[in-house]
Amino acid sequence: MTTTTVDIIWLTLGSFIILVGLTFLGEVLRSRQDANAQNPVLETYMTRVQSWWGMVAFIGLAMLTGKIGVTILFAFASFAALREFLTLTTKAQADHLSLALAFFVVLPLQYFFVAMEWAGLYAVFIPVYAFLLLPIVSALRGNANKFLIRVAETQWGLMITVFCVSHVPALMNLRFGGNGERAILLVAFLVMVVQLGDLLEYFFGRRIGRRKIAPGLSPKTWEGVGCGVISAMLIGGGLSWITPFGIFGAMLMAGIASIVGMFGNLVIAAIKRDRGVKDWSHLIPGQGGFVDQLDSVVFAAPIFYHLTKFFWAA
Amino acid sequence: MKFLRAFAARVVGHCIRLFARAITAVRADWQGIEPVPRQRVYYSNHTSNGDMPMIWSVLPPALRREVRPVAAADYWLKNKVRAFVGPEVFNCVLIDRRPEVDDKPMDKILEALDEGASLIIFPEGNRNMTDADLLPFKAGLYNMGLARPEIDLVPTWVANLNTIMPKGEIIPLPLICTVTFGAPVHVGKGESKEAFLARAAKALTDLKPVVAT
Repeated sequence: MTTTTVDIIWLTLGSFIILVGLTFLGEVLRSRQDANAQNPVLETYMTRVQSWWGMVAFIGLAMLTGKIGVTILFAFASFAALREFLTLTTKAQADHLSLALAFFVVLPLQYFFVAMEWAGLYAVFIPVYAFLLLPIVSALRGNANKFLIRVAETQWGLMITVFCVSHVPALMNLRFGGNGERAILLVAFLVMVVQLGDLLEYFFGRRIGRRKIAPGLSPKTWEGVGCGVISAMLIGGGLSWITPFGIFGAMLMAGIASIVGMFGNLVIAAIKRDRGVKDWSHLIPGQGGFVDQLDSVVFAAPIFYHLTKFFWAA
Repeated sequence: MKFLRAFAARVVGHCIRLFARAITAVRADWQGIEPVPRQRVYYSNHTSNGDMPMIWSVLPPALRREVRPVAAADYWLKNKVRAFVGPEVFNCVLIDRRPEVDDKPMDKILEALDEGASLIIFPEGNRNMTDADLLPFKAGLYNMGLARPEIDLVPTWVANLNTIMPKGEIIPLPLICTVTFGAPVHVGKGESKEAFLARAAKALTDLKPVVAT
């Protein structure tokens, strides 16, 4: 077994220990309340913890199978997220072919380029090629009604759910000297600091949150976000051994990823509010859809990728 | 041979459900009733040939075993594959729509109901190609409710399928499909056909999920 494999096993076991703690906490709270009492917050929390068990198992197994496993896992997550996104966007039958191309050609190609490590291609494929070619396909059908809205919303969906998500597995293509096999651990680093930061932001926000950041959109508070980001930085510092950043670099990168993720969550909340929905879908019990679960990671991934590439990659 | 055909029908049924789930993540939203095995007539909007398989796919196994979609014979007997899938996988009640055939559709439907089956019907009679939510209902739903007043008529809204698989397109789009089941309606005492059909249509359109655009 390589040291990377051992590290992945340690991270997965560590996550399971955290989950045992969270499950234990929930069961203690459950048994302390009256047998007939209904506590929706607690039940939501427990459903979420259950979903996290599944997610940790999936990501852990994918990482043990290596690069291909992680790439395929995020390709499927992208597919589910794009499906949720395009279900709510404006479209006409004239877009049928361009939307089908988005699902069955653009998405697989993007992940194929990531798997082939063709960085020059996966960085521009959706912002340039898909951006220009899909509207042409739509325009050929000759329906101008709401055309700009239709193509803009489709492109936005592709950028968020395919381009941004694909930058998580793209982290494995970065090289820091050596043979590059440790780059896979950056996936774990990004996902863990952002998701744990979110969890603690929620916790502190409910405890000490006072001033809402965007009252019309989300219950997020400045106090919650502040505590969440500081927690993410501490967790990032603690995980610096799996990164090439060093302790302070890891704290800084974790903080940036966490801030971008939390504000990205506000953007996604604004879209949901605009479309009048609470969740993107029902696919992850307790969390809503894949977009609900991934929103902060989605926003953080490309920025985390490019900062890492610029400052640390060989 | 009979065993093999039945087995093949089971396998094809599983594949259809797997395909529906993989592409559209189809799910049931039981708003007005519980998914319990009672005799029911599920009546639904009809925008795509995929409507019936979607409803069939989201029903729990115990309900699916008892349900028979009412469908057009000219469609399901067109070729050998359809003639297998329609009657044997979905267990359709086939209605002959040709004018020269003196086949009483309501007799077949009542016969199926009297055997204890639940039904899936599309009271608009044809696929809705317009921008309206529903076409005017045919009399069939009223006649069923009148003849078998104890059976629940359950409004069943299938969302998004006209975008997933519009007429004339070959590739289905993977968008999320939700099948919403509402509170059952019954024909009231002395209620006219028009009043009942309007009420039933309203009960159905009320289930349409609201998405602002």
